[in-house]
Amino acid sequence: MESLGVLLLHPLDTYLEQELDRRCRLLRLWDAPLDRRGEFLLAHASSIRAVVTGGGSGAGGDAALIDALPRLEIIACYAVGFDRVDLTRCRERGVRVTNTPGVLTDDVADLAVGLAIAALRRIPHADRYVRAGLWKANNGHYGLTTQFSGKRVGIIGLGRIGLAIAKRVEGFGCPVSYYQRTRQQQAYPNYTYLPTVVQLAADSDVLVVACSLNEQSHGIVSCELIEALGPRGVLVNVGRGEHVDQPELVAALAEGRLGGAGLDVFEAEPDVPEALMALDNVVLAPHMGSGTRETRKAMADLVLANLEAHALSKPLLTPVV
Amino acid sequence: MTSSEPPVLPTLLMFRVRELRFHAELRERYHVLDFFTSGEPLHGFLAAAAADPDPPRALVTAGGDSVSVDAAFLDAVPSLRFVFSTGAGLDHIDLDECARRGVAVANSGTVYSTDVADHAVGMLVDVLRRVSAAERFVRRGLWPLQGDYPLGTKLGGKRVGIIGLGNIGSLMAKRLEAFGCVIHYNSRKPKESVSYRYFTTVHDLASESDVLVVACVLSKETHHVVNRDVLDALGKDGIVINIGRGLNIDEAELVSALAEGRIAGAGLDVFEKEPKVPAELFSMDNVVLTHHCAAFTKESRSDLRDATIGNLEAFFSGKPLLTPVLPR
Repeated sequence: MESLGVLLLHPLDTYLEQELDRRCRLLRLWDAPLDRRGEFLLAHASSIRAVVTGGGSGAGGDAALIDALPRLEIIACYAVGFDRVDLTRCRERGVRVTNTPGVLTDDVADLAVGLAIAALRRIPHADRYVRAGLWKANNGHYGLTTQFSGKRVGIIGLGRIGLAIAKRVEGFGCPVSYYQRTRQQQAYPNYTYLPTVVQLAADSDVLVVACSLNEQSHGIVSCELIEALGPRGVLVNVGRGEHVDQPELVAALAEGRLGGAGLDVFEAEPDVPEALMALDNVVLAPHMGSGTRETRKAMADLVLANLEAHALSKPLLTPVV
Repeated sequence: MTSSEPPVLPTLLMFRVRELRFHAELRERYHVLDFFTSGEPLHGFLAAAAADPDPPRALVTAGGDSVSVDAAFLDAVPSLRFVFSTGAGLDHIDLDECARRGVAVANSGTVYSTDVADHAVGMLVDVLRRVSAAERFVRRGLWPLQGDYPLGTKLGGKRVGIIGLGNIGSLMAKRLEAFGCVIHYNSRKPKESVSYRYFTTVHDLASESDVLVVACVLSKETHHVVNRDVLDALGKDGIVINIGRGLNIDEAELVSALAEGRIAGAGLDVFEKEPKVPAELFSMDNVVLTHHCAAFTKESRSDLRDATIGNLEAFFSGKPLLTPVLPR
């Protein structure tokens, strides 16, 4: 695919960038200053046939970008979430879209469970306590945390990641319930389906957001849901920041209306509200659900494989559109 | 005898520094003689207890901050027939002396096992995926300035070598298998009921593990069971998790191995001289440090209350103990 002109929207991964540079004709959008991006796109529009983008807040693939690239054929997402890509515009233009499902499932599920334990057992908080010298100073007056094993886990979205989370928490004796748009034809005899997300929250001690972001799931963690989850409930979000009414979440945590949270994603990454930073009942992670060396390489290889398949007119490996 | 006299409560010796909430319940059921609030030296306290009109037949003791229940102790309170230990360890009780005298002993059984296993798994995920370190990064406002946090490493396929496959080790193994970890172990003897790979020495276990977990009791044999040789066998990509006792690990060797990059990280709930933690660890991002809190949840405290009162009630009503250690 040496002649494939690829536009990388933002820095993602050194290995991916090096491979794109080596195997394609790579252009980096951030080589142009922010206020001259329009000119940059105009200057290179005739050679850009592919775009590579990530999954965080910096990701792109909106209508404006697509419209600025008349020769665009494919958008390859280095992420499983493709919510930033305007799929409608892609379909209209015949632009293919790929993502990186499967390879990151285990990592995201591992982190989701890790965040749940970290929130209930206050491990990062304890680590701060020890590093601040408070163990020595207080000599043991810390207080009791909450057991994780056996807690009722509710999962919003029982897709690949949701199922991987369910499998892990079963090892801790946690009963699993779930909600999703369509009740699966395949029965999960060990998991209880609940017809509304608020009912799921009411029946859960730990609620995990593991669904994709779309019109219906936007803001799914609402004021009503948070109230149903309650003062002893814990929210874990490994989906997207936009799944949550963030101001409401912050207020509920600060006021004790929600017990705790483990958050890997936020509304406007990489900005995390000061009000969240001030809280001790929340664990904050910098969108690192797929953040292992092994998985990021596998994701990069999948992006490259999809681009190569496209260049060779072969079937795409993981198409979305 | 007037009918308004309250029933005589059996006398109970209490050896525990920190008052737990359920101690109030113990005071309702028993005539409690509390050593640490008496302010008296041990010898005088025991003499007074032995001279009580209803000398104590039972004792509640914690580990750690308690005195030793040894021959001298038992001589001083000959009325004692039952010892209940609220801690996990029994090293402060001379079991042979108790057996010789027919003194029954019970402990808290498995009330802590689940929570310790959960905490250990939580620390393992934290070290491999850098949860606490990344949180510090976020809380210091570095995410907008420095971009993504450095990558961690995948759990799936990691070989977890568990030293001591007792209650806690077994619970950990079951949990970690669901994450795709491969379980290896060392124990005094191989366990026929498990399919995990057994290693006859801790050195061999370490040489074929990516994560080494200390989940054994502290004894003469397991003092510094993780030493320089074991750490070398574990290697530069290996991590250590300790939810046993600080003395299970040669702490100085562990600290220098971490400082020199000869192992990759550690999750430590226990230390040789608690609450003192080696200062070198505070500047390391590849370690997770907690304050010997793996056992302490509201749930295990509630279970401890049930176990304490349950065993005491069983003893005083002549019924079988719930979680006996002696008689075996």
